[in-house]
Amino acid sequence: MNNFFIILFHTYLSKLKTKSFLVTTVLTALILIALTNIPRIIDFFEKDGEAEKIAVIDESGQLFAPLEQQMLAGDTDVELVEFTGSADEAEEKVEAGDYSGLLQLRMTGENLPAASFKSMSMADSSLVSEIEGSLQQLKTMMASASLNLSQEQLANLYEPVEFERSALAEDAKTEEELSQARGLVYVLLFIIYFSVIMYASMIATEVATEKSSRVMEILISSVSPIKQMFAKILGIGLLSLTQLAVFLIVGYFSVKTNVETMEGGFFEFFGFSNIAGATIAYAVIFFLLGYFLYATLAAFLGSLVSRIEDVQQMITPMTLLVVAGFMIAMFGLGQPEAPFITITSFIPFFTPMIMFLRVGMLNIPLWETSLAIAILTGTIILLAAFGARVYRGGVLMYGKSNSFKDIKTALQLTKKK
Amino acid sequence: MALKLENVTKKFGEFTAVDDLSLEIPEKEMFGFLGANGAGKTTTFRMILGLLDPTKGRITLDGKTIDYSTSPIIGYLPEERGLYPKLKVKEQIVYLARLRGMQKQDAVRELAYWLERFKVPEYMDKKVEELSKGNQQKIQFLAAVIHKPRLLILDEPFSGLDPVNVELLKQAVIDLKEAGTTIVFSSHRMEHVEEMCEHLCIMQKGRPVVHGALKEIKRSFGKKNLVIHADFDISSLENHDGVTKAKHTPEGIHLQVTSEYIAEEILKRIVGKGFIRKFVLEEPSLNDIFIEKAGASYE
Repeated sequence: MNNFFIILFHTYLSKLKTKSFLVTTVLTALILIALTNIPRIIDFFEKDGEAEKIAVIDESGQLFAPLEQQMLAGDTDVELVEFTGSADEAEEKVEAGDYSGLLQLRMTGENLPAASFKSMSMADSSLVSEIEGSLQQLKTMMASASLNLSQEQLANLYEPVEFERSALAEDAKTEEELSQARGLVYVLLFIIYFSVIMYASMIATEVATEKSSRVMEILISSVSPIKQMFAKILGIGLLSLTQLAVFLIVGYFSVKTNVETMEGGFFEFFGFSNIAGATIAYAVIFFLLGYFLYATLAAFLGSLVSRIEDVQQMITPMTLLVVAGFMIAMFGLGQPEAPFITITSFIPFFTPMIMFLRVGMLNIPLWETSLAIAILTGTIILLAAFGARVYRGGVLMYGKSNSFKDIKTALQLTKKK
Repeated sequence: MALKLENVTKKFGEFTAVDDLSLEIPEKEMFGFLGANGAGKTTTFRMILGLLDPTKGRITLDGKTIDYSTSPIIGYLPEERGLYPKLKVKEQIVYLARLRGMQKQDAVRELAYWLERFKVPEYMDKKVEELSKGNQQKIQFLAAVIHKPRLLILDEPFSGLDPVNVELLKQAVIDLKEAGTTIVFSSHRMEHVEEMCEHLCIMQKGRPVVHGALKEIKRSFGKKNLVIHADFDISSLENHDGVTKAKHTPEGIHLQVTSEYIAEEILKRIVGKGFIRKFVLEEPSLNDIFIEKAGASYE
């Protein structure tokens, strides 16, 4: 077998077999399953848990019944219990944990309901807002009743305004599609971001390990450093694709089974119910290109350090570039058409994330995507050619310093004259 | 395989690491390559291996330039030992052997033979980091020779080994030589070079200062060592004409003299003055030559 493939498969298999890789993969897959099942998990606990009991002292004597009705109509887990004792007694009961809170109802001068709520802490805001909402509705009903408004008048008053939005461009995405795409793009951006950082630093560490354990000297006397570098990048690339495939398959099936059982809500918002094939395809393309760009960069940066401890320091500027790209992309999620986003999508170091964001959320002409991919590919080739030369010299250099000055020294080592 | 270096020069910027070095190492020879630290040995090795390109001159193996296509016939034991600490002996030797063009099954078979020969067959499935330093060295040596190279480059092969293991490895090197491997050997241990190499070269600041057959070098060095043990005071001998160096010992004196004739004169001078227990004229050791030529001391 060709040396290139011996190194490629050695890198792939030896990394695949490591405990850390297996643990990370399994753990992430489990988290994915857990995340996609969040509504079920919440339901599971909610059903088991008892409804929260609230002690109610109704000073007016006429508010408790309608409020309770209002709450029941709202399908909540709050149980209102009429408390007959004094306020102090009720407070004691709350402190003892018998009730989650104490609600005191009274009538204002205008014959409208008012309330005060006491609980042990201010933490549970959803409970309070539920009660407040119900009381608000009750107040509206009572107020409108006192104005003698007819049912029709009331309906008119509360009908939402008619507001339709449409884009003039024929191929523009509808508002609904856009928010769906946003969810999907968001998740995929995260995957691209994390994988690029993780695998690029894996490559840098791998190269630095071979250098620091000095096995590099034997390797480069058998196989040319350039062949080695690319075999390693492809080997780890294969590893990343394996992991990504596991995540995609686990995530896909987990989501699919959940979408069937639940209608609307969470997943529809994230646009998973009709996963766009094109978006996934672009995600894979941009993931691969982004990986190759940063992996090449990481490989030659890794070749410059002599100790594993220095790797992180060396690749920090690269990591910052990825983080910057991610930040811009996060901003772009809200305003994908901003000129700033359009410009940065053509800068090769940001293209993988930002052009992907634009492709996923907007309908941009094919030439723009192609141009960005072409620039990115060109950069990868240039960087690979330059990186290979640095790598060739870098792997022979040992010493304490590990600054960017070393790039010059490394290039000098490979010079013929 | 005959290795030939013709007027090889390597410059790193302004610094000249190797300066106009010409060597010819015939087939089935063991060639000693000596020099102080920083004399250009490792740079020369790296050029022979094709890791660095010479600035000037050329290096050929049987008339052909060395590149990665010749890597299956070259073996290299680097001075800085390097193996994957986390890999098992078998995994890593097989990996390295395959990179040198060996088939997997052959590599496993050869590995078993060598482990047996080095009396450590139980290391097959051990991780390298679990082995002692000396045993790691055996594995390192094994990685350099497992693919039966025709040119073997050994940079300090015996450093850090106990005497028993030195003998074990030395015998392995001699056997390889007899089987037809051309060996270039660098060491700071002069007695190893003296014992094993027919030809040698001493480098200083990138230039060969001594080069040739061991016997020739010793003869042309001229100076000889004279050891005298006597019961009377002979310390004044150090001022005798032709004595270049003197070292006093509890039992007598060690002198370096420029020729046999001087020794004769000294003998005449002390005869009859008392009892002389020892009077030996010795060939200079390689250590003496090295210290004088390379201008550095070694233990």
